Amino acid sequence: MDVLDQSEIRIPRRHTGRRKPRWQPTVQEALKCEKSEKRRTSAIMLGLSIKEVSAALREGKLSATELCRKCLQRIKKTRHLNAYITVTEELAMRQAQEADDRLLRGKPLGPLDGIPFSVKDNFCTENIETTCASRMLRGYCPPFNATVVQKLLDQGAVLVGKTNLDEFAMGSGSTDGVFGPVRNPWSYAAPYRTLSHGTDPDSDWVITGGSSGGSAAAVASLSSFLALGSDTGGSTRNPGSLCGVVALKPSYSLLSRHGLIPLVNSMDVPGIMSRSVHDTAIALSVLQGRDEKDSTTVQAPDSHPAALPQEFDVRDLCVGVPKEYHAPGLSAETLSQWTRVAAMFERAGARVCEVSLPHTQYSIVCYHVLCCCEVASNMARFDGLQYGHRSAVESSTEALYATTRHEGFNNVVRRRVLSGNYFLLKQNYERYFVKAQQIRRLITEDFRRVFASGVDVLLTPTTLSDAATYSDFIQEDNRTRSAQDDIFTQPVNLAGLPAVTVPTSLSSRGLPLSLQLIGQRLQDRKLLAVAHWMEQQLDFPLIRFHDEDDVQDTKSERNRDRERTSGS
Amino acid sequence: MIFLSCHPQRTLVIFFFLFQPTKISLDLVDKLERLALVDFGSQEGVECLEKAIRFADQLHVVDTEGVEPMDSVLEDRALYLREDTVTEGNCAEELLGLSKSTEEEYFVAPPGNIPLPKREERTAMLKHSEL
Repeated sequence: MDVLDQSEIRIPRRHTGRRKPRWQPTVQEALKCEKSEKRRTSAIMLGLSIKEVSAALREGKLSATELCRKCLQRIKKTRHLNAYITVTEELAMRQAQEADDRLLRGKPLGPLDGIPFSVKDNFCTENIETTCASRMLRGYCPPFNATVVQKLLDQGAVLVGKTNLDEFAMGSGSTDGVFGPVRNPWSYAAPYRTLSHGTDPDSDWVITGGSSGGSAAAVASLSSFLALGSDTGGSTRNPGSLCGVVALKPSYSLLSRHGLIPLVNSMDVPGIMSRSVHDTAIALSVLQGRDEKDSTTVQAPDSHPAALPQEFDVRDLCVGVPKEYHAPGLSAETLSQWTRVAAMFERAGARVCEVSLPHTQYSIVCYHVLCCCEVASNMARFDGLQYGHRSAVESSTEALYATTRHEGFNNVVRRRVLSGNYFLLKQNYERYFVKAQQIRRLITEDFRRVFASGVDVLLTPTTLSDAATYSDFIQEDNRTRSAQDDIFTQPVNLAGLPAVTVPTSLSSRGLPLSLQLIGQRLQDRKLLAVAHWMEQQLDFPLIRFHDEDDVQDTKSERNRDRERTSGS
Repeated sequence: MIFLSCHPQRTLVIFFFLFQPTKISLDLVDKLERLALVDFGSQEGVECLEKAIRFADQLHVVDTEGVEPMDSVLEDRALYLREDTVTEGNCAEELLGLSKSTEEEYFVAPPGNIPLPKREERTAMLKHSEL
């Protein structure tokens, strides 16, 4: 028998195009379910893809307010995950009502009209608290929306809440924010609970990864169809990988950073999380493009947002497998997924070749130095005078600054600021900062050389292994963890390339395993086309919570499966 | 079929024999705290910086002779500049409203040009600071 009995993890899987899983309910089935299966119905509805749910909204099979209410209920039901810092219930219902008015008139604004989404709490949202999970910004309500948030709102998408993170996005676990750690929804899903016998869900829960853990948890637990994260060294892809969702780090400069509270200006990008590559492509086409308010943005290369090709021929494709990514600490299971998917590409006719990125092993060190330096500079803005926390010590301006920053920042932020200041000291500037910038060029050149040799995409692991339990994770400090967890993700931030993580299967512990595809600069759409093909072959299961797993439902659905199998 | 063997990181092993760990003196602690306007908090904070430096020292294994430093991945293109005209504004009240202390149209700061107190007094000023 398979390690994972498929019946344990069966729930509506996402739409996978050509190869439609045989038991997947259609929208009609999802909406017409028996009353006794009401709970299941909402799980099915919430598990639909954006494409499907958007069609249901247009056809009037479902109203935006109903959908919004279901998401808000889901948020309440999954409160233990600590995925959200702020839930914008009232505003969301108002927006959903407006979406319904447009849908009724037959004039939706676009494919995202009425679709519930959430936003990492380091993007500014007009008159909605934006905290960065820090005491420093508690109670701060920005007077404007980040461009990416505004673009989603302009498309009629419904903001349900602001999601949890590591303080100022500094971390790889979503365990170091002032509002407490985020719990990975898969901790409570049937596979993990079945495979980790005799453990207590209150003590053995696993982390989401970070720093955009709240966004990943929101999408994975079906309370948002789409979420924004940010990605400086892997903060969108790392939690995306551990929570089994599709997470895209777009090319640097393709999406506006205006209103994203900066961490490392030369590497930060807004990230997109959803449950399918297709949904990610929809969001990307809405979000990309030049922004007057961010001079580091460029015009999107493909201005008309074409849908992803349904039939993608991988025979024309060259997939590079960088040998340096087989690093110490890579788990046997992740390695086996990596070789499995590489073989899958090869079987389908793609050219798969081993490539070398010789400087990649220094990337994490280079990233560490550049990150600390830019953090030291960026965090200088938080002084207590114009916004955010202000200390009661008023003896002098310097004393106010020092006490405000002492009270407002956690240890992780303070230590990165101090390290950055050390690397930037006059006597250290050349030795560390300039040296790191030189190595950054070598790393970027490595990628350029590989792509110039005819490689279209690179296939790598996203993380070393599946998610760690919280109790294991906190045995090491934040810096050590980030150095381990960002190992495969930060090189593309240094080089400004697009990368997407796609879940491939569940581990022997019942937790998501994922792989990363890296594309050429500004070829995000091509990257997604490859990811879409890969996703279709893999058929990763959607989450199903343990408490929804009652025997009768399992039985009835099993029968339905059988019927469909025999029918087809 | 690709078979990957684990990639050894030999240079990093050599490194540990070549470079001595950096020790941070109390004077440097003081200097950094004044520059950064954040405090180390405890001896552990100082050790954390020492570890961060040790980690960063691995950079020196790489030969970067003649390599131009890289600031941004956009270095190869001209970036968009908008017309130099005012497009938004008149939001003084909104912005002043975000501050904890204002006077008419000014942000209020305590007396300036006073250096940060000496280390011992600083510790007393900061809550939960052990250094």
